[in-house]
Amino acid sequence: MTAIEVTEPAPIVVADPHDTVAARIGRGVAKLPLHLFLLFIGVLWLMPTIGLFFTSLLSPSDFASNGWWKIISKPSLATWANYSNVWNNTDIPTSLRITAEIAIGGTFLPIIIAALAGYAFAWIDFPGRDWLFVVVIALLVVPLQMALIPVFTLYNKAHLYDTVFGLILFHTAFGLPFAIFLLRNFFIGIPKDILESARIDGASEIRIFLKLILPLGLPAIASLAIFQFLWTWNDLLVALVMARNTVPITVDIFSQLRQFGSNIDIIAPASFISMIIPLGVFFAFQRYFAQGLLAGSVK
Amino acid sequence: MTAAPPEGGPGVVRRNAVTLGFLAPALFVLGLWIVYPTVYTIARSFYGQQGFGDFVGIDNYKAIFTTSILTTAIKNSAIWILVAPAIVTAIGLVFAVLTERIRWAVAFKTVVFMPMAISLFATGVIWHVMYIKDPSQGAVNAGIGAVKSWFEPAGALSSASPSTAALTGSPSTGYVLHKPVAAGGVAELGLTAIPPVDVPGGAKQVAVPTPKQGAITGIVWRDFKPGGGVVGKPEQGELGLPGVKVNLIDSSGKKVQSATTADDGSFTFDGVKGSGYRTGIAAATFAKPFGGVSWLGSKLITPAIIIAYIWVWAGFAMVVIGAGLAAISREVLEAARTDGATEWQVFRRITVPMLAPVLSVVFITMLINVLKVFDIVISIAPGSTQSDAAVIAVQMWRQSFGGVNDFGLGSAIAVFLFVLVVPVLLLNVRRFRREV
Repeated sequence: MTAIEVTEPAPIVVADPHDTVAARIGRGVAKLPLHLFLLFIGVLWLMPTIGLFFTSLLSPSDFASNGWWKIISKPSLATWANYSNVWNNTDIPTSLRITAEIAIGGTFLPIIIAALAGYAFAWIDFPGRDWLFVVVIALLVVPLQMALIPVFTLYNKAHLYDTVFGLILFHTAFGLPFAIFLLRNFFIGIPKDILESARIDGASEIRIFLKLILPLGLPAIASLAIFQFLWTWNDLLVALVMARNTVPITVDIFSQLRQFGSNIDIIAPASFISMIIPLGVFFAFQRYFAQGLLAGSVK
Repeated sequence: MTAAPPEGGPGVVRRNAVTLGFLAPALFVLGLWIVYPTVYTIARSFYGQQGFGDFVGIDNYKAIFTTSILTTAIKNSAIWILVAPAIVTAIGLVFAVLTERIRWAVAFKTVVFMPMAISLFATGVIWHVMYIKDPSQGAVNAGIGAVKSWFEPAGALSSASPSTAALTGSPSTGYVLHKPVAAGGVAELGLTAIPPVDVPGGAKQVAVPTPKQGAITGIVWRDFKPGGGVVGKPEQGELGLPGVKVNLIDSSGKKVQSATTADDGSFTFDGVKGSGYRTGIAAATFAKPFGGVSWLGSKLITPAIIIAYIWVWAGFAMVVIGAGLAAISREVLEAARTDGATEWQVFRRITVPMLAPVLSVVFITMLINVLKVFDIVISIAPGSTQSDAAVIAVQMWRQSFGGVNDFGLGSAIAVFLFVLVVPVLLLNVRRFRREV
């Protein structure tokens, strides 16, 4: 709140022919506190992530005697040794592969299922449609804790416990309400004329779905995919409950956490490895990511 | 949407089959993984640890409110609910409004938004490193220590004793030399019991003080040398203590001057007249360096985790509120400014009211999210303080899968969590009903 009070009442920037260089500089100076404040916040926000990265570059003995920021003044402290150790001597590469399998499966499966259902909810008239959609909306906020115990029991009987497929199915289920909600709302915005004329031309519903809806719905599907991918990639709770040996990287690191101080040379680089893919996805598709957030901020 | 299908006939069957084909996979998965488990969990919550043969009525629910580790979790969740959504929304609002005025808004937003991509688990690891207690390792405490030493720097010594009975006091109150000194006099303040590692850097051979007209001169030195030496006398091989704060107190007990010793331990009070002065070593000399706040200790663990959580979600709030802000008509804001409203008035009276729907969406989203917070808690809180930090969702997991394996109690906790989100559920449904 203080930030607001500090801010000078800056004039609105409009293209003004009488706008002199001096006036512009004057405005710039008036905004200096704002720039400095936001710069400070930006640095503050970046610091924790950089801190983990630098920590991951310190040898255990250097970590014990130095703060990670010492690397800035003494870059020779940095070493990739922790990374090569983690890569060659631990389960991290295996759990990374499992994470990727879960995330890819847990992204495609719900999107395919949700796209089908979303189309039906948007464009096929069937009795009880609105009522059924209300159920989907209701399921939107059901905490996944409600499913942990019964699904765990079920998985033990159905031999889905400790399998990648079981985890994918769980993520599919809890990704579905939001995915159906988002895609139905997007599909409903597709101009009716396009669909009607396709139907008059005798196109089957499946054909319309594959040739019209999916291509037109691609922007929504893309945001959804990014979201679902990050959600499944970053999951800890579901895998912690539904798996023991076939575990993703989060659970793998979690099991090291008890000896935080002594295992920091494994925990820090492994955590950073687990972040690389999500960060890459984030930077590559930031626009879709923000769109997805805006569409779905009720979840 | 489509023309009403003709009654009966093979067309209807076909159409229904197609509809079912589109819906069946979703209904199957939702039914088996969410709807059935929800019913199961509600039923299970009325049975004990042994299974469905062990009906206990509402005992599990009673246990939620009477077991101390569970009431702690409820208390913590209440703190989360009261604090986190409001702060996240407020920070998001401030960032969204402020970034509207700068040209590098995209860069700023990317930086603040980035933690959203990182798993809450990795976030926990990140902040665990940030919160390490030792200021030489934990960045948060290093920052606090740097600010603190600006205002009250750590003293030159950690502890010391007087070398002779002429000096009395203690490190916490400071030491005073018994014998009064007059102008032109000399004060020798000898200290001992200082380990070699504690001797301030740059300490030199102590200088024997020379009297000076109209001044009081003196030394503070380490009255000890290997092999003994004479106590109370500055000798060759003994070190002056630099950086020591020395006070000059007049006969009425008032502090009139203070000085800091040089590398050879010497100090001088100039412009002194008369007699009856006392000299002493100020307590500030022994001020302890900042030892670090125990963020991961049982007292501060919940606020510490909430800070990490805010770090993650402020970007979300900023982006959503920023989108709402972009939709506000510029004309209204400009009209108010033309009418002479200050920026603060525009913010309070126009921007915030117009953003109210967006702010409530962000707030409610955070509210639901906060109830389910799990990963970040168990990854920041070390084993010893996990019970102090635990929230409802954490205890649901711990009671069900963390060794106790009481599915009855676990189910009851899950239902409790579910009940808390039911108002939001109804809100969503009502909003949809109004749309249709």
